[in-house]
Amino acid sequence: MRGLVTAFVGSVVEAWAELRIHRTRVLLSLVGVAVAVCALTSVIALGNIAQQATVETSERSSGRPATLYVSAYTADGSPPPATAMDTTWNEALVRYGVQYASRVTQQQLSIQFIDGVSVVNATLVDPPYGVMHRVEVQRGAWFAADDATRLAPALIVNDIFYARLGSPDLGTHPTVSLVGAKPVTAVIVGVTAALPYEVDPSMMMLNDSYAKLADQLVQDAASQPYSSYEMWVPPSISGELTTRLQSDFSASLGDGATAQVNRQDYAAYGDDPFLPIKLMISGVAVLVLVLGALGLVNISLVTVRQRIQEIGIRRSFGATASRVFFAVMMESVVATVAAGVAGVMLSILILKSPWVEDFIAQGVTDVPPFPLEAAVLGLAAATVVGAIAGLLPALVAVRVKVIDAIRY
Amino acid sequence: MTFLQLRGVGRTVSRVDDRPLIILSGVDLAVEVGDRLSIVGRSGSGKSTLLNLLGLLDSPTEGEIFLDDEPTRRFSARHRDVTRGRDVGFIFQQFNLLQGRTALENVMTPLLYDTGAVFWRRRAIATEMLDRVGLGHRLSSTPDRLSGGEQQRVAIARALVRRPRLILADEPTGALDIETGEAVMALLDEIATASDAALVTITHDPAIAALATRRFQLEKGALVDAAAATLSKGGPS
Repeated sequence: MRGLVTAFVGSVVEAWAELRIHRTRVLLSLVGVAVAVCALTSVIALGNIAQQATVETSERSSGRPATLYVSAYTADGSPPPATAMDTTWNEALVRYGVQYASRVTQQQLSIQFIDGVSVVNATLVDPPYGVMHRVEVQRGAWFAADDATRLAPALIVNDIFYARLGSPDLGTHPTVSLVGAKPVTAVIVGVTAALPYEVDPSMMMLNDSYAKLADQLVQDAASQPYSSYEMWVPPSISGELTTRLQSDFSASLGDGATAQVNRQDYAAYGDDPFLPIKLMISGVAVLVLVLGALGLVNISLVTVRQRIQEIGIRRSFGATASRVFFAVMMESVVATVAAGVAGVMLSILILKSPWVEDFIAQGVTDVPPFPLEAAVLGLAAATVVGAIAGLLPALVAVRVKVIDAIRY
Repeated sequence: MTFLQLRGVGRTVSRVDDRPLIILSGVDLAVEVGDRLSIVGRSGSGKSTLLNLLGLLDSPTEGEIFLDDEPTRRFSARHRDVTRGRDVGFIFQQFNLLQGRTALENVMTPLLYDTGAVFWRRRAIATEMLDRVGLGHRLSSTPDRLSGGEQQRVAIARALVRRPRLILADEPTGALDIETGEAVMALLDEIATASDAALVTITHDPAIAALATRRFQLEKGALVDAAAATLSKGGPS
């Protein structure tokens, strides 16, 4: 035991002395490894952000995993009565304790702008829709629970709509007139960014607000409003819930009506939809690391000549083969782990700096924290690279004859 | 008292064309505690091979080497390394100091392979050893800042710091001028005497060889008593 302790301490002392003496070589190799680890860690972290951005885009359009869509139609293809659907829907929400659910209806409404009346796409939703679809309100706020009770309905409009109003201060509670038999004044409470494909004004209104005003408003006769019902539930129960909801709706709506419940979120298809991205990122990361490792091995090979003679001298003074092997490996591993720590720290400093973070995380609501697995992987990769790069000189050192090594 | 013995030791290597090349043959030698041996011979006569065999750096292809009456052929590789570190101190012609390390670090190096108190006290022991060779004032000097004589004194301190029973000196004065060489040999003899170590010196220099109490000559791979060799050539007795 005593021998083991002194052998270990001795190896560390040797490794440290070696690093100190060959600091230029060590520094050069460490720079290569540190940059490689920094690149590896950064690529993984950037990959996470890219994945998060893709996830959020998917969730904005089709909801978070698992979002169940309920729709129904009667024998002649027309939708069942809204009251029957709403009743069954509300009963289901209570029965299954669903907290995030929204009816979603696309409607065309006429809006009186300063330069005339325009038909605007209106999405009628319930308050949880904002969370379910990651709606990001740039100005103002998302609908509050009591917005449905307002006499003047609350609207959240896209920035095209907002610009057409002259971008008024939301603090002044700007209003807009909804054209109808009896025009309705609505209050703008929030502004969202227009979706990339949007070129026209659009808006969102609460279902309950609209229900009170529907009779007063002019609706585009050509468009047929279409309602869907969405709920966000844990993926683990989504399969069973789908079956039950289908059964509940079919039973409640009566003969001739067919209910369909399905998932349309990005995770609905079993296979990891981000596997190609992950594979591509992993490929780049491995390539980066291999390049770093090659640099290190290259430098190790260049210095192996000098090391062999030194190792021969050490062995003439009683260093055993295992001791030499351990010391040489240790030197390489200690150096690369230090480089790995530097690389990971550099990566964190770069990616978490406000300027870089603002730049790379544009459009991402929940910027993922610096991934721990990237840091751990970076350090593990540095250790493995150190071990592999140290293996060659260590094996040479052990295999060479002491006499030849001294005369090398 | 004999602690190292060579009985019929031979060393043969294969040439490129697979024909055997006999370097040493039928070497018998007994090394006693406190012995002073010198081995002379022409270049290529097998001097260094014999030194490597004595220092357990190499194994004979015939015959046997006994250390404390135990055949070294039975030693495991690890046991050979440990025994070499404990019992043998090497001094090389080109000093072979570890470049970039100070004199103190060089002398501390063999102590890294020791255990217990010697390991933990290695700095103090190495400092004391350098004091003994008169380099107490050059502890932090690296080899490139030391003269040839000083470098060889560091090498002597390094070879003797673990108090080996056998000191193997391969042309210890080969890279030094005559005066410095004599001073180095005197120092080597003094310290070896103080620690009761046997000293085997391989040299080209008859003057250095003459300092030994037992002198041998290597001729065509055979080790012969130098006096007998001289007689057989008709030289003075």
